[in-house]
Amino acid sequence: MKRHIASLVVFLAAAPLWAASGETVLQERCAQCHDLTGPAPSTLEELWTRKGPDLFYAGVKYKPEWMERWLQNPSRIRPAGMFYGKHVRTGPDGQDVIDVASLVEHPRLSPGEAEAVTRVLMAKKATPAPVQEGAYQPGRISLRMGELMFDKFKGCLACHQIEPDYGGLSGPEVYTVTERLREDFLVAYLRDPQAFDPKIFMPNKKLKERDIQKFIHYFRALAQEVKP
Amino acid sequence: MNAAQRLLAAATLAWLAAPAPAQPSGEDLYRTYCAQCHGLQGNGKGINVRDMSVQPRDHTDSKYMAGRTDDELRTAVVEGGQALSKSVLMPPWGSVLEPQEVDALVAYMRELCDCQHGRP
Repeated sequence: MKRHIASLVVFLAAAPLWAASGETVLQERCAQCHDLTGPAPSTLEELWTRKGPDLFYAGVKYKPEWMERWLQNPSRIRPAGMFYGKHVRTGPDGQDVIDVASLVEHPRLSPGEAEAVTRVLMAKKATPAPVQEGAYQPGRISLRMGELMFDKFKGCLACHQIEPDYGGLSGPEVYTVTERLREDFLVAYLRDPQAFDPKIFMPNKKLKERDIQKFIHYFRALAQEVKP
Repeated sequence: MNAAQRLLAAATLAWLAAPAPAQPSGEDLYRTYCAQCHGLQGNGKGINVRDMSVQPRDHTDSKYMAGRTDDELRTAVVEGGQALSKSVLMPPWGSVLEPQEVDALVAYMRELCDCQHGRP
């Protein structure tokens, strides 16, 4: 019994140290590129110079298991970077292309750092707009119907990839979005992107609530389909 | 005028004299919201076009653009392509842009085409 109590005391004493180390890593390795306090960019200049996603509401946006995994093995989610305008040039034929050399790789964290940083980020919940717990009601849609909605009916494919190397390049890929982001957050964001990010170059298509749900069903189906 | 009134008057004057936040130029707005599809040059060759079923409008095409009124351009920007029976790929930007920003964008499109309605 004494041994258990001693372990508990050691655990409770060490817990703030772990949290502190996550906070330290966050400040030393993340804060140069990510906004940890908000608010989101309110001018075009702020939008253009943002280097990484805002993290001051990471706890309502991201799935912790994905974040911890991704931080150890980061891959590009936005083919043209955070703001495409910084990473595009016009080729000799007049066609714009991504200037790949201008894109910056995300640092790779050790398993311990990733775990500590994720824990600290999950406590950041200063969301600019309400995210309702349980807003997403799981359901199903066929990939064919989902793609029809995403491409032909709503035109979202213009800016987003639905599989590697297919779709638009200025927005984040959607075939991994439900791996990365909490579905309840997606409901709120798709309803009004500017409520979270006032100057973001994603339009508000005034989606009906049932279409928002269907889109997320589609993203979940895509994630299953594309999984290796 | 007592001290409090003088302070209030000074504060009011300072507020009135403060420069209003600069409105972004039509070019800056275009490079933020439009260039992803219409291209940095406005020629319809943005980075997103490869897999599009309908190609974005070339805003440097003076003949086509002269056939459009400023109001039609404004409607396309604010309400999207479908409001003019055009492609759904052109989204509505009305929730993002202020009316004066839409005007600045229309003026910039007129610079790109070097044209006015009815005058290519």
